[in-house]
Amino acid sequence: MGNFFERIGDTVLYQLERLGRMGLFLLRTVTSIVTPPYKLRPIIRQIHFIGACSIFVILFTGAFTGMVLGLQGYYTLRKFGSEGYLGAAVALSLLRELGPVLTALMVVGRAGSAICAEIGIMRISEQIDALECMAIDPHRFLMAPKLVAGIISVPLLTAIFDTVGIFGGCLVGVGLFGVNEGAYFQGMYASVVWLDIYMGFVKSLVFGVLLIWIAAGKGYFLHLERSGGFGAEGVSRITTSAVVCSSVAILVSDYLISAILL
Amino acid sequence: MDNDAVIEVVDVYKSFNGQQVLSGVNLTVRQGTTMVIVGGSGQGKSVLLRHMLGLLRPDRGQVRVLGRDLARIGKEELKEVRKHYGVLFQNVALFDSMTVFDNIALPLRERTRCSEEEIRSRVMEKLALMDMEDAGGKYPAQLSGGMKKRVGLARALILDPQIVFLDEPTTGLDVSRSNEIYRLFHRIQKQLRYTAVIVSHDVPKIFKLADYVALVSGGLIHGCLPPEEFQMTQDPLIRAFVEETMGPIYWSRQEEMKI
Repeated sequence: MGNFFERIGDTVLYQLERLGRMGLFLLRTVTSIVTPPYKLRPIIRQIHFIGACSIFVILFTGAFTGMVLGLQGYYTLRKFGSEGYLGAAVALSLLRELGPVLTALMVVGRAGSAICAEIGIMRISEQIDALECMAIDPHRFLMAPKLVAGIISVPLLTAIFDTVGIFGGCLVGVGLFGVNEGAYFQGMYASVVWLDIYMGFVKSLVFGVLLIWIAAGKGYFLHLERSGGFGAEGVSRITTSAVVCSSVAILVSDYLISAILL
Repeated sequence: MDNDAVIEVVDVYKSFNGQQVLSGVNLTVRQGTTMVIVGGSGQGKSVLLRHMLGLLRPDRGQVRVLGRDLARIGKEELKEVRKHYGVLFQNVALFDSMTVFDNIALPLRERTRCSEEEIRSRVMEKLALMDMEDAGGKYPAQLSGGMKKRVGLARALILDPQIVFLDEPTTGLDVSRSNEIYRLFHRIQKQLRYTAVIVSHDVPKIFKLADYVALVSGGLIHGCLPPEEFQMTQDPLIRAFVEETMGPIYWSRQEEMKI
């Protein structure tokens, strides 16, 4: 029995230590962002990797999400004779919820996993130790450009997702089912308020920070993992864990932000 | 404190998950000398080196580098101490996504305000020192083991450090490549006269570079003698190590030579 409580206590302490470590990691990264010297080139490189390289997948998923919303929305609204509200339904669903969440999940899958694996490999091949021994701050050199790029890229990708989704819904609603185009866009203009856009923006900003923080932090502390951090298997395990944790964190924070802002 | 000491390891203890790795290590490295640390696998050589680099903190004891105790200073102060370091890691730790040129230029770009022109000239100078003038545009994956080590050495020396740490500089290299690394290091050491700490098990070749040799065994330092004395000492542990690594024939030859 004593052994059981000992194990629980040990696990709780370990998780608290992990949380504290991750908190300090974010704090150090943010500090290195706001203190000079400022370097633009690494940030641009990361915006290209996280943002520009994700555009195709965002266009694709955005268009199909909008089309599905158009399809489902049309059949549901038709039952109540309210097809004219299709534009509003599609736009509100995208701007408030689906746009930020799905964009963030796509970026987690495409860039978050790659960031975690990259930093994890740097950790096990002593590249991070080498940076420290060269008196180069890994938070400034590796993490800060990624975090800034996440903060810039994810809201922009969300905006692209939302726009493409709205036109995808229009394509199905107007093009396939013959909903009046004017009614589609007028309904949207009438229903969407600044709070909806603001909520989507805040969410995408928070998701951008969360996904980079978790992915980079998991890779950075790979060597401290209890489950055996080293080797290819360690990198693979931590990358999976980073994707799962980021996705869960995005969904949980989505609820929390909605609850606060609504 | 020894006025001439650059590194002083004082009564350092370190354990991992209850396993004692260092059990009261004492070691002094003096200005301009080359200290070679030898010992069997798992005896704590690399752990000791990582303490000197500030990558590990001792459970007990002090690791004083340039007069500052690494166990008691903050991150910023540690960074200041490390500005005097040049490190060659066992697996070199080059950045795979950067060219050889960019790898060597990295400390200059991140830590100095040198212009690109100046960076180019300093990197090319170090590449020339390593006989690798043509390799600047290559990626680490395109290099042989020996070439990677030379690039790592060039990166370690690019800011003309006060202390150079080499962790197993010839591991994984064939005889001719490791000889090449030794010749190169010997030449550079003569030229630049920095303080060096080399962890190696390449005995007896590594003795040619050493001013002092220390044996790490059972978490303690034995010896810390000039190489000639190290090879001739009657200390049973050192004698056993030398016999084991160089073979009884070498030992009997040394005895004959003494006679």
